[in-house]
Amino acid sequence: MTLTFAATLPDRGFDVELDVAEGRTLALLGPNGAGKSTALGLAAGTLRPHDGHVTLDGRPLVHAEAGRTRTWVPPHARQVALLAQEALLFPHLSVRQNVAFGPRSQGARRREADAAADRRLADVGLASLADRAPSTLSGGQAQRVAVARALAAEPRLLLLDEPMAALDVEVTPALRQSLKHLLAEQTTVITTHDVLDALLLADEIAVIDGGRVVERGATADVLARPRSTFAAKIAGLNLLAGTWTGDGVRTTAGEVVHGHAPGDGLAVGVPMTAVFRPAAVSVYLDEQHGSPRNTFRGTVTSLEPRGDLVRVRTGHLAADVTPQSVAELSLVPGAQVWLSVKAAEVDVYPG
Amino acid sequence: MTSLVPGPHRASHRPSGTVRPAGEPAVGLPRWAFVPAAVGGLLVLLPLVAMGSRVDWSSFASLITSESSLAALGLSLRTAATSTLLCLVLGIPMALVLARARFAGLDLLRSLVLVPLVLPPVVGGIALLYTFGRRGLLGSSMEVLGVQIAFSTTAVVLAQTFVALPFLVISLEGSLRTAGTRYDVVAASLGARPTTVLRRVTLPLVWPGLASGTVLSFARALGEFGATITFAGSLQGVTRTLPLEIYLQRETDPDAAVALSFLLVLVAVLVIASTRTHRRVR
Repeated sequence: MTLTFAATLPDRGFDVELDVAEGRTLALLGPNGAGKSTALGLAAGTLRPHDGHVTLDGRPLVHAEAGRTRTWVPPHARQVALLAQEALLFPHLSVRQNVAFGPRSQGARRREADAAADRRLADVGLASLADRAPSTLSGGQAQRVAVARALAAEPRLLLLDEPMAALDVEVTPALRQSLKHLLAEQTTVITTHDVLDALLLADEIAVIDGGRVVERGATADVLARPRSTFAAKIAGLNLLAGTWTGDGVRTTAGEVVHGHAPGDGLAVGVPMTAVFRPAAVSVYLDEQHGSPRNTFRGTVTSLEPRGDLVRVRTGHLAADVTPQSVAELSLVPGAQVWLSVKAAEVDVYPG
Repeated sequence: MTSLVPGPHRASHRPSGTVRPAGEPAVGLPRWAFVPAAVGGLLVLLPLVAMGSRVDWSSFASLITSESSLAALGLSLRTAATSTLLCLVLGIPMALVLARARFAGLDLLRSLVLVPLVLPPVVGGIALLYTFGRRGLLGSSMEVLGVQIAFSTTAVVLAQTFVALPFLVISLEGSLRTAGTRYDVVAASLGARPTTVLRRVTLPLVWPGLASGTVLSFARALGEFGATITFAGSLQGVTRTLPLEIYLQRETDPDAAVALSFLLVLVAVLVIASTRTHRRVR
């Protein structure tokens, strides 16, 4: 195991054990205040455990017994990079200097550090912004630069604390695709309350609630057979499997779904899956025209209340709509409807 | 975080009044406030104008270039610059400790650091004398080593640093608290050692507070009188700084005193102007 983690903080009711294997990505899912960020803080060295240890590649980073810290590696010596909700790019440094900060701090010469920075910026597709000031970037660009900066430090462990939470929904799919590509070989722990992040980025999921791990397993298993209430609540995404046509996914039913594709280089015919949230789906009685939208014809099979919304199911798809819409459209089981989802809300990934 | 508000909205959201579109009313500014504000402004400006009107311009140049005047001006600039440097060397770590460290008694320490701010300078001078003077707490042992501080230029620098230090510490500590530690945490997680974080992230981020604190300390050091005359005396070329020279000349040559006062006002205005342009650049 690359990362082993077992820590308690009685003040916060926190008692969590985790481990992540080399090159794998673990998603910590859970409601706000469940202890996800506490776990990251303990790994990064911004918090001390009351009891427990964090070990990375066999090297103890912290070891505490009954409130006494026996071993303590300060944050800068841990090789653990932390990426928060906000990009927190150093405002007085250019984009390139921001990304070169890690290598420079670890002793690289300016020229080497700048070259490394330019490579990392190219990896996130922002090489052209290297000389800009952070204040001139959009939120999505800034977060991608922050990802490049974290990876340029070549951490043994990357911690992502809800990296999409502060971004507009329009830009999260692009960042998610970048991350999927970049995290392939990187040992990572990502906290999120968005199941899409877990599904696309993580090999494994740990659901944390009330400071305890309540569920643990491979991503697909947890989402397919959720045992905790939280996992059950967040699962239930619309998944459409099919093959790649060059600009969309053709399902076995013959529908073509357009969405955020992972980029060029995909062969036509490879298996692909399109994913989108029920909340992103609108329900109409007539076919909606106007791109870039995906529309699906269906017959309402069930209506279930879900908090303030009503989940409308049509065989293979689900839509979350307001009770007012249900009334206006007179939705009842058996009604013929068109489901519509913007291409920008659809994630497309191989597999 | 980068604001995602589209361009045209931005100007009106800017908190300061630098870009105020025509016709925007000044909310929260009662009209009567202009009267005491104007009185206050006059209280500051009128004496300066009155003094300026008494300057004997025909002999101004010769008055401020007399040997004693030049000696006093040179000494003032040298000692104030040295004190400011000393304030930076001691004050930056002090502000860091006060803003970032956590230990018992920190609040008490913070109050004590500010004592020179509320103490009459002459009292500060007496306190320094009983510390570094010939029979002082440290002075007596220094005397044995052959070091005498009181009534030397070193004493001038010590007196100025004593009164000017709190200005730098307060200004910088406030900036450090406002800046918070989020950027520092990021920098550390990228592998930067604490000193690197301080040099490359913390201090650049609080640069405006550091700059204004430095200017305030310099100005305070330049104007220092009470502690200096008590602790360092008034020896031409050694401890007689410009404020002391002005005070002495007032008895014997009022015209020279006025001319030198005007010179000190000029220096002060230049110092303030330098910070103003600084802020604009930021």
